[in-house]
Amino acid sequence: MPLVAEGVEAEAGGKVILKGVTLELREGEVLAVMGPNGSGKTTLANVIAGSPSVSLKKGRILIDGEDVTELPPEERVLRGLMLLFQSPPEIKGVKLSTLMIASFNKRRGLSSDLLKVTDPSIFSKMRSSLSVVGLSDEYLYREVNVGFSGGEKKRSELAQAMMLDPKYVIMDEPDSGLDIDGLRVVGEIISRMKREGKSVLLITHYTRLFSTVKPDRISVLMRGRIVAQGGMEIAEEIDRSGYSKLAERLGVELNND
Amino acid sequence: MTEEKREAIRRFLPSPELKLPEGFSSSGYFIIKGKVEKSLVEEISRAKNEPEWMLKLRLKALEAYERLRFPNWVVGVEELNIDEIAHYVRPDAGLARSWEDIPEDIRKVYESLRLPEAEKRALAGISFQFESETVYLGIKKLLEEKKVIMLPMEEAVQRYPDIVKQYFNKIFPYAEHKFAALHTALWSGGVFVYVPKGVRIPQPVEAFFFMASALEGQFEHTLLIADENSEIQFIEGCSAPMYKRYSFHDGMVEIYAHRGSKVKFVTLQNWSGNVINFNNKRAIAEDNSTVQWLEGSVGSRVSYVYPSTILRGDNSRTSIYTVSISNGKKLKDTGAKIIALGKNAAGKIVSKSISANGGTNIYRGLVRISKGSMNTVVSSSCDSLILDRESKSLTYPHNQIEEETASVSHEAKTGTISEEHLFYMRSRGLTEGEAKSLMVLGFLEDVLVDIPFEMASVLNSVVQLEFSKIGGTG
Repeated sequence: MPLVAEGVEAEAGGKVILKGVTLELREGEVLAVMGPNGSGKTTLANVIAGSPSVSLKKGRILIDGEDVTELPPEERVLRGLMLLFQSPPEIKGVKLSTLMIASFNKRRGLSSDLLKVTDPSIFSKMRSSLSVVGLSDEYLYREVNVGFSGGEKKRSELAQAMMLDPKYVIMDEPDSGLDIDGLRVVGEIISRMKREGKSVLLITHYTRLFSTVKPDRISVLMRGRIVAQGGMEIAEEIDRSGYSKLAERLGVELNND
Repeated sequence: MTEEKREAIRRFLPSPELKLPEGFSSSGYFIIKGKVEKSLVEEISRAKNEPEWMLKLRLKALEAYERLRFPNWVVGVEELNIDEIAHYVRPDAGLARSWEDIPEDIRKVYESLRLPEAEKRALAGISFQFESETVYLGIKKLLEEKKVIMLPMEEAVQRYPDIVKQYFNKIFPYAEHKFAALHTALWSGGVFVYVPKGVRIPQPVEAFFFMASALEGQFEHTLLIADENSEIQFIEGCSAPMYKRYSFHDGMVEIYAHRGSKVKFVTLQNWSGNVINFNNKRAIAEDNSTVQWLEGSVGSRVSYVYPSTILRGDNSRTSIYTVSISNGKKLKDTGAKIIALGKNAAGKIVSKSISANGGTNIYRGLVRISKGSMNTVVSSSCDSLILDRESKSLTYPHNQIEEETASVSHEAKTGTISEEHLFYMRSRGLTEGEAKSLMVLGFLEDVLVDIPFEMASVLNSVVQLEFSKIGGTG
């Protein structure tokens, strides 16, 4: 069963951003959504995850065939969805381990005592999820994202995804602001998730991640509409001639209005 | 949630859930009410069969009350009409020394607050005040063996007049402001504790105050004397059911920490949302003594409370932690005062406030270092957390430094929880309430690690209940 956005029209900050987007993330695939800045990529991620900053005017979101359009974000998480933020906010006072334990408990339906450690192996799970993304144990006891560099934030998002064990992962520009090593880590984790049967919606501006992980399909978003769909040949075209040339060839307008 | 934790929470349960037992009746209670004047004060004194010197003190305080002006910065008490309330309410019960002897309806209240369990498990002594009088005093053998005196304040006035005269109203003189004067004129109830030289009490003692009805005043007076090198922890709790109209609380706590003693005074105030709460709290710390305050203000509609320490002795120390939660249309005007006189004294103020759903917190603080209080160091920090746009927080620190060698620092920080923060936490599977309670607990963490474990766990649970309404109280 897939994750589906169906005919989505949405506004953010008082502006119409998405003008009828339909896409389907199938089980076990990596679907890349590419597009120039301002095309609506982050709004699309937010609307699927249920952010209150986006108001959905038309369309539906379905998880495994269930209409979740009216459900709050946390309920979508319980159904297997997770959004990794492009720039996650600093959460003062809350340690990364606290957030991980709380969300781990929620995901497993143990909400009666949010912070109770029922499974002692949770600590080794947390440590190994950090080590996979190249962060040391000490990050468990730091406040979430507080004083983290851009790259550390991205890595922490990925580590949380491994703890939460979602079925559908939306990654909003996981490659922005990363160095070569960081890019390799992100690529490896996406490959690993795919191997584990997870589905990844990879939102990105660039094709540079594709050398480590090849998306199964690519959709291109411009001015709030999906304007092209296909395989790696689209990535190659974007790399070769850029978004404006692509827009020209497709006969659509680029964004930035 | 463990049984122990549940039990502890019960004692400080958010008030709306607290109800008077069926069959409760106050029809046999003796009540003195009406205009605050000489004849009324005399009547209270007569009802208590007091010595002349105490009546004289009350009457002098009454004169000051009449003379002193209503503080112009006090707001939110428009409803309060001092001359319409009952100032003295004596329940139809004597002082019981065993809780089976408390009249049944009052005992049910005592039990619903889970006080018997707390008494058995964790306390060296407990007093329970119902309306204006102490109705129960439970003291463990240990206190008697160590010659610790713990009595209702009235009984101490009768039995230990010399000690009481030496301290009563000397630490917090009535003339300081109108509500201190009113308190002293009308005081009733409260506890007297004297810890002899060198005695350390391993378990805390607790005083619990309960106000059953609307339109009454509670004016308890607690006096705690720690003699040289002694050690005591005192827990103060208070609660009330929700009424149709307001009630008024104007208590006083006086602490004298003699040389080398250590006093820890912990309050968890959870009055119901229609109590107007004033409190007058002060300690004097002699050489090498330590006084610690923790004031947890959760309940009440309006609260004015500023625990204060006078660092009179050399090397005396104090720490004052205040945690104020205004959730809903509430006002907490809280803060702390440190007045340093001795040399090498040290003080620390940590204020944490949380404003939510239209609540307001005000921090009002004073640090005064007198000439000659050499090398004294005082730090204060005020952290405010504001959970939404309807809520606010204000900070009024005030420093008066007359001593050049002293060092005083102040920092204030305000944090908010935005929709972005909440969405982030929710995208990890937490509800909005759970997200808020985690952020509030994180905000309080550095205070929680510094207070007695049991109180930390109670405060922790109260916060979770207050903000997330999950994990119920069973």
